[in-house]
Amino acid sequence: MAGHPVIELTDIRKVYAEGTPAEVVALRGVSLRIDHGEFVAIMGPSGSGKSTLMNIIGCLDQPTSGRYLCDGVDVADLDATGRARLRLRKIGFVFQGFHLLSRQTALENVMLPMAYAGIPRHERRPRAEKALAEVGLADRAGHRPAELSGGQQQRVAIARALINAPPILLADEPTGALDTRTGDEIMALFRRLQAEGHTIVLITHEQHIADFADRILVMRDGELHEQEVAA
Amino acid sequence: MNGAGIGDILGMALFALRGNWVRSVLTALGVIIGIAAVIVMVSVGEGTQAELDRTISRLGSNRIDVMPNFGRQGAVRMGAGSIYSLSDDDAKAIREQVEGVRYVSGVIRGSTQVVNADQNWSTNWYGIEADYFAINDWTLAEGEDFSDRDFSGAAKTVIIGQTVREKLFGSEDPVGATIRVGRVPFTVVGVLERRGANNWGGDQDDVIFVPLETARRRLMGQVGIPPRTVMQISVGAASAEAMPAVERRIAEVLREAHRIAPGADDDFTVRNLTQIVSTRSETTRLMSLLLGAVATISLIVGGIGIMNIMLVSVTERIREIGLRMAVGAGPREIQLQFLAEAMMLSLGGGVIGILLGVVGTWLTAKFVALPVALNLQVIGLATGFAVATGLFFGYYPARKAAALDPIEALRHQG
Repeated sequence: MAGHPVIELTDIRKVYAEGTPAEVVALRGVSLRIDHGEFVAIMGPSGSGKSTLMNIIGCLDQPTSGRYLCDGVDVADLDATGRARLRLRKIGFVFQGFHLLSRQTALENVMLPMAYAGIPRHERRPRAEKALAEVGLADRAGHRPAELSGGQQQRVAIARALINAPPILLADEPTGALDTRTGDEIMALFRRLQAEGHTIVLITHEQHIADFADRILVMRDGELHEQEVAA
Repeated sequence: MNGAGIGDILGMALFALRGNWVRSVLTALGVIIGIAAVIVMVSVGEGTQAELDRTISRLGSNRIDVMPNFGRQGAVRMGAGSIYSLSDDDAKAIREQVEGVRYVSGVIRGSTQVVNADQNWSTNWYGIEADYFAINDWTLAEGEDFSDRDFSGAAKTVIIGQTVREKLFGSEDPVGATIRVGRVPFTVVGVLERRGANNWGGDQDDVIFVPLETARRRLMGQVGIPPRTVMQISVGAASAEAMPAVERRIAEVLREAHRIAPGADDDFTVRNLTQIVSTRSETTRLMSLLLGAVATISLIVGGIGIMNIMLVSVTERIREIGLRMAVGAGPREIQLQFLAEAMMLSLGGGVIGILLGVVGTWLTAKFVALPVALNLQVIGLATGFAVATGLFFGYYPARKAAALDPIEALRHQG
């Protein structure tokens, strides 16, 4: 399936507080194409604009100008509800802080996006159980986040991100809150998911983590540069 | 992929409320109290109203009372004798000269001891004429009414009320028995239907009736009254429409009969009891309106409590809202969830309030002895109020939650 673009950014600009003395240009004409099945890491120091880029790719924010086709859908035309629908169908999020609902079990956390997707009730539990089994947590389904280790919590979050079978998996510093060994395990899981056909976009500031990806992009002062992969 | 169904939204809302159930109950308390208050107040109001309506119908249709005027006549304060300003002649004049009058009865009354064998009881007696029971719409439960000969011959016959019957006879048959009224033996000829308490709390069945002339001769005793005088004349008008004219005409006839100079005060008063009760019923209506207003205010306070807690809840759960948005919840779904939480608080509070209100109404009827009338409309109204409270006070916090920026919400600390 390679060669079919999932993310297509053309000359994206993002300016905050435009036209005021506090104006900040976060993205200065970024163009980017990510094909289906790719594993891409976006690096850069804080303030480089990589969070802004991630928010735009994740349809949480809209560019000031430029064109973004998310799996063929033009994001510019969408309102808040439309972007929510797009996130629901196209993007699975994995966050640094896991963002699990603390009072719900691992299984219930994984089932959450299916409620918004309108999946019939009786299909949800088996699907969530299967997703948890895929990330190696079949025996932890009934535990609450506080009863799980950091690595396990992140696996629950990954299972949740995959549950609606989105074409894009967007991971923002997924290993930032984990120790090196656990982080490496999570990265191994991402590699396996890529092998199974998922498209993965990884945001990180650690070279070691970025090296798991096939392709590394570096944000610097609002501009995106391709980094030569030493392999 | 059509978004979350209403069942999912309700499930999420219920889950959130259960997680903090003490707070949820405390928040709903305002609505609980408000709704319970509405139910009790409206029930008591309706009950009192129904009681008044019954009283009006029991007063007798179109009854007018003429009483002596106890006040002054001109500048002169009248002595005790002036309470005997009415006589049989006045009753006769009203009967003959006032158009639209159907019934007339002179009345004298007093109180005495009544005795049957070893049972005795202190009660009120009334000396009446033949029309009296018709004026008051009162019928006999047992026995017979006084005959014409009882009235003309001042017979020692008596008709007793249900309370007197219970006190003197228990379960025995009183008709035909002889009782002593004061010192005089009387034959019981009839027992009246039960009437219950009157509007002022008095027991209307604690009474006995004897013919007017009998009362004058046998019961007034040493008190004594001038011959032919009555303490009151009860009049039954032919129709409600005729009453104002009848009242006016009675006054004219009596002024003429008493030879009262133009401009001088009447030595009698014409009263229409229905009017008095109607005034009371207006007062009751005003009272229940006032109580209803108080209940409404407490409901508003309860609603503000819900709004307050919902705003706190939105702030506390910003990260959760951000996460829900990230995984695909639209503004509509977030808004619905928080609106559902507010609605559950108010509706749940409403249901508990209704239960408490029903129990409270029952207790009021049992221990405070106020008349109550609980109807389904009140419960429906209370439920409607609860729903409206939840919708109104839940809308703003829910809008606030839905309008959050997902990026800011996800990044929110705490």
